[in-house]
Amino acid sequence: MSAAVSTRPVRVRPPWWRRLPVLQQLQQSVGLQRGMLVAGLVITGIFLVVAIFAPLLAPYRYNQLRGPEGLFGAQQPPGPDHLLGTTVGGYDVLSRVIWGAQTALLVIIVAIVLSAFLGIALGLLAGYIGGWFDRITIVIADAIYAFPSLLLAIVAAIVISGGQSSLWGGILAAAISITVVFIPQYLRVVRAEVLRVKSEAFVEAAKVAGAPTSRIMFRHVLRNSTRTLPLILTLNSSEAILTLAGLGFLGFGIEPSAAAEWGYDLNKSLSDVTSGIWWTSIFPGLAIVLVVLGITLIGESLNDLADPRLRARRKPARTAEEAVAAEEPVAREELGEVL
Amino acid sequence: MATTDAAVDIRELRITFDTDGGSVAAVRGVDLQVAPGEVLAVVGESGSGKTVTARSILRLLPETASVSGAVLVGAENVVTLDARRLRELRGTSAAMIFQEPSTALNPVYTVGWQLAEGLRAHGKYTKKQAHAHAIEMLRRVGIPDPERRVDDYPHQFSGGQKQRIVIAMALALDAKVLIADEPTTALDVTVQAEILELLRRCRDEFGTAIVLITHNMGVVADLADRVAVMYQGEIVETAPVRELFATPRHPYTKKLLAAVPRVELIDRAVPEVVEGEAVVEAVQLEIEYPGRFGRKPFRAVHGVGLRIAPGEVLGLVGESGSGKTTIGRAIAGLTPVTGGSLRVLGVEMLGVRERRFRPQRRRLGFVFQDPATSFNPLLTIAECVAEPLIVHGAAASASDARDRVDELLEAVQLSGSYGDRYPHELSGGQRQRASLARALALDPELLIADEPTSALDVSVQARVLELFEELQARFGFASLFITHDLAVVDRVAHRVVVLHHGEIAEEGPTAQVLGAPQDPYTRRLLASLPVPDPVEQASRRAAFLALDGSAS
Repeated sequence: MSAAVSTRPVRVRPPWWRRLPVLQQLQQSVGLQRGMLVAGLVITGIFLVVAIFAPLLAPYRYNQLRGPEGLFGAQQPPGPDHLLGTTVGGYDVLSRVIWGAQTALLVIIVAIVLSAFLGIALGLLAGYIGGWFDRITIVIADAIYAFPSLLLAIVAAIVISGGQSSLWGGILAAAISITVVFIPQYLRVVRAEVLRVKSEAFVEAAKVAGAPTSRIMFRHVLRNSTRTLPLILTLNSSEAILTLAGLGFLGFGIEPSAAAEWGYDLNKSLSDVTSGIWWTSIFPGLAIVLVVLGITLIGESLNDLADPRLRARRKPARTAEEAVAAEEPVAREELGEVL
Repeated sequence: MATTDAAVDIRELRITFDTDGGSVAAVRGVDLQVAPGEVLAVVGESGSGKTVTARSILRLLPETASVSGAVLVGAENVVTLDARRLRELRGTSAAMIFQEPSTALNPVYTVGWQLAEGLRAHGKYTKKQAHAHAIEMLRRVGIPDPERRVDDYPHQFSGGQKQRIVIAMALALDAKVLIADEPTTALDVTVQAEILELLRRCRDEFGTAIVLITHNMGVVADLADRVAVMYQGEIVETAPVRELFATPRHPYTKKLLAAVPRVELIDRAVPEVVEGEAVVEAVQLEIEYPGRFGRKPFRAVHGVGLRIAPGEVLGLVGESGSGKTTIGRAIAGLTPVTGGSLRVLGVEMLGVRERRFRPQRRRLGFVFQDPATSFNPLLTIAECVAEPLIVHGAAASASDARDRVDELLEAVQLSGSYGDRYPHELSGGQRQRASLARALALDPELLIADEPTSALDVSVQARVLELFEELQARFGFASLFITHDLAVVDRVAHRVVVLHHGEIAEEGPTAQVLGAPQDPYTRRLLASLPVPDPVEQASRRAAFLALDGSAS
């Protein structure tokens, strides 16, 4: 044993930011998976920057109809004053697209925060306590699955906003309706993980030590059950954007005077498409596609990287130095115990 | 070439795995020959590369592996073979027997179908012939009434029978080489003896070469002709079995053989019987697991009476399904008692409420079987060991408890710096020692150890047992030591209770139970235990077969 005592364990822990969920995966990814992840991160990064700095980036306000020289005019083609033209309502398309990013981001944040907290809490309780509570929650969750999510979102939007459509009314309506649809997903995933972790020996060890139930649940079970959450978070954010756009497209979104919203603009551009006015529909549509694509790319790569069977690895011994390193015996902790 | 008559000829084999932490050399230049009709045992501890070497004979390696060197099976080099030819070769030239028979068989098909599948895949049999051949194979491996059983599903067979079926599948196409990867590790000792007998028959009757991978030196002594010892991806010694056990040359082999526990019948002085209440007292104990809807509950333990005096180590021995773990879990309050009486530290466990028992938990420690899962992977070792202290209010936080934790880790010979590591950064043996430290954190009067060494390599196992003895002498706790290994019980226990099908078969002082067993089941158990000595094992085998014959 003296050998093991003398070899002071040198533990090089990476700095904290390298252990953050997404950055950690970026570190270990290679090849196509890395390309996908990087592309997703870049697109999402641009989306975040645009959303946060919308007031600085956009040439006009989202509800601005007139400049110094008077009204913008409706359906103006792209030009020096309006880089992407104007809509049928006379708004600047570029400004609407940029401000729309902000609305989308707000909806994502509110929806994710609400659904993640409620879903995780319910999943933890259902999985750990089990019994009738588990049965009832699961039945309700399954019932929600049976509803078309957009229908549910429409009902929630009507109930919450009551026909009014202020910025926060619209955002909350969209976010809460998305929350209702997403809670069952978090519930299911967390519950499955909790059921797995619950039977692990370290939870029993805590039980034998006499730890109170709440301590076991939060310190031992919950922290080990959140492995797949980053993945669901990203996939759900892209779904949130699609639901918001769907609501806006169907006319349950936010009025143009309250905030910019891509789905609403798409709806209003329907008639333009047939008359050859392409710029009013292409750009909001493109914005939706790109953001959803970027977030989904992150989610998909996280999914692949989380699974050791799908994760690509660096091929061994490409350089002479690495070949030598691979020949060295693996440093083993047991050495102190064996020889 | 001189070696063309070898069944398997491995030359300069190197296997490297790509992992997240760069590439790892698992096998580093191995040369190995197996002659027809020979049993070659490859021994070594986990991580020594023995399984990977053997699997390379069938090229059953994960995608992340890269192989160089040559593996000749018959005259063909498996390493460079194309996929079609490789598929033809698998089963006909070389076949594999897996460690866990219950997962090696597909549960949704009958065993007859699975046997016939292999035959038909190689296109030599019609459906009818295959069926007939399957029955014939089942008969050969000793499945009774094969005409009827051929249409049964895997779950209808016992563990030993399933392993026989797996062997039948491997033999079905007259493979010249059998690769047996820990074929008896998942089985009880009495069943293990039967499977080893069957493998011996394969060698003698069919002239099959067998590559036997195992960490059990008793199995090696029983079956092998020649032994290759692997250490860190290299073969450090190859010798005929008697020579290896008599005069091991390499220091690692010596170390390995010295660490193997043997039944030596040391009469340990039972500690002074302290007057007063027993730590554990069971009377007519009964534990049932609720059955599925409409089914009868499963009775795991019935009519068991046992007593653990303060400071006494009681060994609880039995095969899988004997109820030994259930008793341990019931004493720790993890499994409810359904009948009789069980008093633990003065609390009646029949119908006990967790609230009532919780204050007593500080007087009780538990060491789990699998060191890999018994620690919360997100907490450091020091935090894990501090948990019981914090829970029972002996310390406010992990940093507050650090002095006591360091003291405990010192006691199990893990210096304080190990405390800052995470569980996955420790080896199995180190984790199991940390597990001991955690169990002893509150200076308990009773320690329940559930197979604490069965997941460890022999050399590591020896150290953990040594430590257990030392700590027991120092702290004087009473202990229930659960194990299936009679040699382990011989080392640590003052008294032994042998369980069989949920009932006590025999109990008494260790030396008496192991030295002069009265119960026929105990005798069978002892006789089937292979000893790590080929000469002695040969005579023991004969004795076991005689006993087996008279018993059945």
